[in-house]
Amino acid sequence: MKPFTYERARNPSEAAAAARQPGARFIAGGTNLIDLMKLQIETPTHLIDVNGLGLDRIEPTPEGGLHIGALVRNTELAADARVRRDYAVLSRALLAGASGQLRNKATTAGNLLQRTRCPYFYDTNQPCNKRQPGSGCSAIGGITRQLAVIGASEACIATHPSDMAVAMRALDAVVETVKADGATRRIPIAEFHRLPGDTPHVETALEAGEFITGVTLPAPLGGKHFYKKVRDRASYAFALVSVAAVVQPDGSGRVALGGVAHRPWRVEAAERELPRGAKPAMAAILSGARPTHENAFKVTLAERTLASVLADARG
Amino acid sequence: MKFETPATTNPIDQLKIVGKPVDRIDGPRKTTGTAPYAYERHDVAPNQAYGQVLGAGIAKGRVTAMDTSAARAAPGVVAIVTTLDMPRLEKGKTNTASLFGGPEIQHYHQAIAVVVAETFEQARDASAMIRVEYARTPGRYDLEAEMPHAELTAPESDDDSPPPPPEDRVGDFEGAFAAAPVTLDATYTTPDESHAMMEPHASIAQWEGDKLTVWTSNQMIAWGKRDLAKTLGLEPGNVRIESPFIGGGFGGKLFLRADAVLAALGSRAARRPVKVALTRPMIANNTTHRPATIQRIRIGAGSDGRITAIAHESVSGDLEGGKAETAVMQTKLLYAGANRLTAMRLAVMDLPEGNAMRAPGEAPGLMALEIAMDEMAEKLGMDPVEFRIVNDTQVDPEDPARRFSQRQLNECLRLGAERFGWARRNATPGARREGRWLIGMGMAAGFRNNLVMKSGARVLLDASGGVTVETDMTDIGTGSYTVIAQTAAEMMGVGLDKVTVRLGDSSFPVSAGSGGQWGGNSATAGVYAACVKLREAVAQRLGFNSAEAEFADGVVRGGNRSAPLGEAAGADGLVGEDTIEYGDLAKRFQQSTFAGHFVEVAVDVATGETRVRRMLAVCAAGRILNPKSARSQVIGAMTMGVGAALMEELAVDKRHGFFVNHDLAGYEVPVHADIPHQEVIFLDEVDPISSPMKAKGVGELGICGVGAAVANGIYNATGVRLRDYPMTLDKMLDRLPELA
Ligand SMILES: Cc1cc2nc3c(=O)[nH]c(=O)nc-3n(C[C@H](O)[C@H](O)[C@H](O)COP(=O)(O)OP(=O)(O)OC[C@H]3O[C@@H](n4cnc5c(N)ncnc54)[C@H](O)[C@@H]3O)c2cc1C
Ligand code: SF4
Repeated sequence: MKPFTYERARNPSEAAAAARQPGARFIAGGTNLIDLMKLQIETPTHLIDVNGLGLDRIEPTPEGGLHIGALVRNTELAADARVRRDYAVLSRALLAGASGQLRNKATTAGNLLQRTRCPYFYDTNQPCNKRQPGSGCSAIGGITRQLAVIGASEACIATHPSDMAVAMRALDAVVETVKADGATRRIPIAEFHRLPGDTPHVETALEAGEFITGVTLPAPLGGKHFYKKVRDRASYAFALVSVAAVVQPDGSGRVALGGVAHRPWRVEAAERELPRGAKPAMAAILSGARPTHENAFKVTLAERTLASVLADARG
Repeated sequence: MKFETPATTNPIDQLKIVGKPVDRIDGPRKTTGTAPYAYERHDVAPNQAYGQVLGAGIAKGRVTAMDTSAARAAPGVVAIVTTLDMPRLEKGKTNTASLFGGPEIQHYHQAIAVVVAETFEQARDASAMIRVEYARTPGRYDLEAEMPHAELTAPESDDDSPPPPPEDRVGDFEGAFAAAPVTLDATYTTPDESHAMMEPHASIAQWEGDKLTVWTSNQMIAWGKRDLAKTLGLEPGNVRIESPFIGGGFGGKLFLRADAVLAALGSRAARRPVKVALTRPMIANNTTHRPATIQRIRIGAGSDGRITAIAHESVSGDLEGGKAETAVMQTKLLYAGANRLTAMRLAVMDLPEGNAMRAPGEAPGLMALEIAMDEMAEKLGMDPVEFRIVNDTQVDPEDPARRFSQRQLNECLRLGAERFGWARRNATPGARREGRWLIGMGMAAGFRNNLVMKSGARVLLDASGGVTVETDMTDIGTGSYTVIAQTAAEMMGVGLDKVTVRLGDSSFPVSAGSGGQWGGNSATAGVYAACVKLREAVAQRLGFNSAEAEFADGVVRGGNRSAPLGEAAGADGLVGEDTIEYGDLAKRFQQSTFAGHFVEVAVDVATGETRVRRMLAVCAAGRILNPKSARSQVIGAMTMGVGAALMEELAVDKRHGFFVNHDLAGYEVPVHADIPHQEVIFLDEVDPISSPMKAKGVGELGICGVGAAVANGIYNATGVRLRDYPMTLDKMLDRLPELA
């Protein structure tokens, strides 16, 4: 861990302004940032603690949706009665992630911004374009079982590890921010996380210092909600593949995948195929997948997991 | 005391305290956080500084330059010692690679520097400022690719007897195999595994002149002392080690490792006490691991199910000068059969050092053998329990004159089958389904040799009738404190509240240490021997005939007289010290422990996720000194067996030669949600051939066979036969039923 200075922000725009200085980072629950700082994968020189800002409420929106403050903890969000009733896919995704202790600390914004679990990213002896732009990607040709099967690039084949974000992608959530100059904007979740391309270190649409104030969920979709997370052990593990789905009585619905790409993976056009079953639907969702030898199973796994979800939806 | 003839009746047989499920006496300290582990010994030496170990970033080659200028200038830095500051250090007797010194890199994360600073954070930060240049050389990192170069090797022998020939043959294996009506020839693989114990390797070192004290976490105090002295070129008498509490070891702390060496070197350079813990990412590649194996098993049987030919060959890798994983050893002893072949081959590789991990040899060996037995049973159309029972042997199949001292494998299997409801298993694979789950049952035999080790203890009696035991034995979470206290209490006729146990100090008599599941039986036998001495001294002091004196309730009785035990102590106390040593009973008899493992699994028909639903182990392992701590050992081992079956694997980067998933996020071990109802039954057994305690080990028996029982359960559930561990879903997905 590098030495750093520390301040407590008093309001969101002050936080965003303070973040203008180079090397500054926000800290919320700290469950991801501090781990990365210990390994010197993240080396901020200044921390802006945003835990005192409030932003910890879940409130109805005029449009009939919900507004989730950036600092709402994962535990509270998962337990909220409105979320459980109207957005069960989100509640289930949250509860499938991490552990009770971590969820007590982890925040909504922090969860969206957690960084990849690519093992080479964690070993500072190994080149990694995400950690050190231009140094190369050690994962390509190496241990890739957990890594992306679609949307990857020659520069990076990492996945986004969040469960929560996958459910939010299925729900068409909108991320709300304030920039250093005080301007606010609303970023649809589909545009929030980026594919790696040539710049895998640029992971989101956020600008330097831009601060997340909250996430809005549109009005409830109805339907049956599923979050099925597949992993090697029963709990406390990142997804090999996860399927977030909202399925309507007529068989139409939405599907987003975790564990397969650099961002929660959803192909709206492919959802047309859903009533025809998991095989055609997943073929369309993962069309163009380029898995490695080690992770080719994820393509089959995604299809079978979706099949299982659709069977439950019928049942 | 020399133990040369089978034990007869002795005071332990009273079983007033021994054999009772008493709570562990160190429990309150453990649960209140007042049992200090090595890194927490803040009180033992003032002014401690923090050392951070830097590991090599390459697997093979040389360090050509190290620039420490930035690190030296960093805040709080007190001293830096680099591998270029000294020639390669002597190796300890139990080390394969040197732990420090010189430019040569033999494996990834080999220690190349220690940075000592005022705070842990400063040491860690400064260690990252050291710039290292390397010249890489190509290495051998792929076991399968190295197989053709692997050479036959003999197992290390436990004593001074000559090792068996590298290829062990009885009868004519090839002829019998060719003639057998039913045969199996299959290859199984097990991966590299990490001990993944909770407490990392940690040490605090302090010098006084040329005398060195190290507070550490080590299972084998005397080995550690010997090897630390050798590594640093010290007189053994000038080295003192203390390791009273250990947060798990599983074999990973049998040996001197870099934490102790670099704490000592760092402390010498800093001229003050230095504490060092290996970081979690260092543990996989800097310390030892269980090496991967490729095992070929051939079994031939008559149509009556009797094995006529059995061969087990294993290949594993290690650094130059290292050892093979002894994965074939149980196959010499477990089943009958006139024609036999076992062989081990060792490939020289450049991955980190392989060495013992809980039940070395048997754990991976049975993971293969017990699947092969399941496959054979199916080919024969026999029930897998019955097939094993038919092939039981009460003698060493390679040397029928040697009987097993006790062998109740069949009893374990029969009772296990009954209690588990084995009869309800559907022998047709893939036939039982509950919702989305395919349900299967699997079983395996468990086998682990019983090793006995020389072990010493000192027992002190004070005027209040209190008894204090001192031995360098360790408690790695196993319950050593408790069984030792039970032994002393039983022998001296006092309550447990009168007994104090002090362990893990190299100034105490040398014990068996904790390893190879020999610790519980051997260390208590050493305490028994010391108590016999003390009883004699007490009887003499109080004027009793020592053969007749009875020790009970804090009182010594003989003839028609009695006296309080404490009276014998006088003002200065009374001491009994002795060491148990063994004659040739272990040669004349085969001593082993046995189990029947039964597992029910559920496999998600869509995803192939396997979840264990219930488990049972029935164990025959001599006298159970404390059924409660023994059960804890067995359920812990069963849990580790589930890990080995389903998830544990150090992933090798075959290009760069290191274990990539070197933390507990990447190296998955079972969590609570993975572990279902577990049941353990101990058969009533005493083994007078083993020791005066008539006990044996159980801590490793619990893992032996579990992996295969799970694998066999998966097969029964799905009809998919997996032969490569861990049995993750990707290996079976394309063979699961089509989904609608
Ligand atoms: C052992 C372990 C297991 C885990 N398992 C899972 C799992 O199974 N599934 C899963 O989804 N997650 C898992 N996680 C990740 C966990 O969900 C994240 O660590 C957590 O959500 C991060 O939230 P935080 O508030 O602690 O973020 P922090 O660590 O505080 O911050 C993370 C990042 O977000 C930035 N940030 C924080 N708040 C804001 C804001 N308001 N505006 C702009 N930037 C901000 C920070 O600067 C930092 O870069 C696991 C984590 C651990 C340690
Ligand atoms: S996949 Fe991405 S995160 Fe992983 S090593 Fe390559 S560049 Fe780094």
